[in-house]
Amino acid sequence: MLLDENAGHHQDDELVPAAEPHAGHAPLDAAAETQADLSAEIQAIGDAYRRALKDGAAPEIQPRLDFAPYRSSILRHPTKSLHHADPETIELYSPAFGHQDVHALESDLTIQHNGEPQGERIIVQGRVLDGDGRPVAGQLVEIWQANAAGRYIHKRDQHPAPLDPNFTGVGRCITGPDGSYRFTTIKPGAYPWKNHLNAWRPAHIHFSLFGTDFTQRIVTQMYFPGDQLFPLDPIYQSIVDQDARDRLVATYDHDLTSPEWALGYNWDIVLSGSKRTWTENEAFGDAGDEE
Amino acid sequence: MSKLTPTPGQTVGPFFGYALPFDKDNELLAPGSAGSIRLQGTVYDGAGEPIPDAILEIWQPDSEGNVVQRTGSLVRDGYTFTGWGRAAVGNTGVFTFTTVNPGPTEPLPGKPAAAPFISVAVFARGLMNRLFTRIYLPENEEALAADPLLSSLDPERRSTLIARRDADGGLTWDLRLQGENETVFLDFEGASQ
Repeated sequence: MLLDENAGHHQDDELVPAAEPHAGHAPLDAAAETQADLSAEIQAIGDAYRRALKDGAAPEIQPRLDFAPYRSSILRHPTKSLHHADPETIELYSPAFGHQDVHALESDLTIQHNGEPQGERIIVQGRVLDGDGRPVAGQLVEIWQANAAGRYIHKRDQHPAPLDPNFTGVGRCITGPDGSYRFTTIKPGAYPWKNHLNAWRPAHIHFSLFGTDFTQRIVTQMYFPGDQLFPLDPIYQSIVDQDARDRLVATYDHDLTSPEWALGYNWDIVLSGSKRTWTENEAFGDAGDEE
Repeated sequence: MSKLTPTPGQTVGPFFGYALPFDKDNELLAPGSAGSIRLQGTVYDGAGEPIPDAILEIWQPDSEGNVVQRTGSLVRDGYTFTGWGRAAVGNTGVFTFTTVNPGPTEPLPGKPAAAPFISVAVFARGLMNRLFTRIYLPENEEALAADPLLSSLDPERRSTLIARRDADGGLTWDLRLQGENETVFLDFEGASQ
């Protein structure tokens, strides 16, 4: 059985996820919507957006909360517009994280078990900046991902691809004084999900980020350049603006590639602007608990 | 004014359960310790069904209204209040935190005082981008009436941001992503200051 993204409320957590004998492919469900159906919907939304842009609408920089091609969003998006609020004091700060919270080795996802994980070893590195270009120093970055075969270790992932006993797919780090982060991991595989018939997610790494203000908190996904699944994926396409989508795609960086060892990808992340009134010390000296 | 364009968010997806939760993630204080309260609620979708794959974060001042800037949320020592916690909902959509009643923070220069609240970030499978909201304490009608956000909302919507006080001193606050009594979600961009 394939992982069921739409399983909803009655999941049995006791389902055994272990790899089961598998017939080779999922039974075809004649009633299921096809990729062509979904692609047509995605195309229509994209066309309407491009027309609006031409007519002078402002470019959209975030995903649409209401994006029906991702079927699970239909009952899970607010129907009322977000209410504008000025951040209050607490929202102008973020929780503090440091080396008490995260061990330096947590940024290497390839050394968490006794053996080497299967797959293509990669380095993913970049900087976390705020909307004014200030480095976000001393902050928590969390990542999680599928293994090289496209399988998550999560118990609800029942994609019949092999688990890798040497790969969990979870990493953390604390950004440096210049906002830099760096992970060593394995290139994740694409994987099928049940949004529609023959739905496959492009390979991606989930990123969770904090800024200096809680209002900058985001969770997102980093993709790999040139993925042929981009036009077909309702989650990637929920960002209707091409420039905005491009901001989620890492750049292959041969200077970052480590000889005889790992391919390098660079991906900088920009959070929204800080709303705090910054003193010079805060702006240039804040490096978490790295004293 | 922002000079760089922000990176877009994306859904947290279905598989955060082995990555984002951590030991004592929802215990800002040890349960049962002096001054601790339970904050609980249920996350609902637009059909009124509880959703089993959401994860919430809270961020709040201490009971005196101080903004805490202490590390140690991910490896809690059991004594240090860091002001931040995380809770994945269970199969019935219920989340629970152990925390304190937030105190009133110092008002921002030139701004009216806000009523005490807990800041919330919400993530879920099927939710394209995180949402922000607030949980206000139900006491002190006067402070609630004067609060800049609450006073900008009509009474029906305003009530979605105010918790109920439980008999045991805890707080109950439900989150509705869509539909009747849809929770008020906040947009901080383009803020006036």
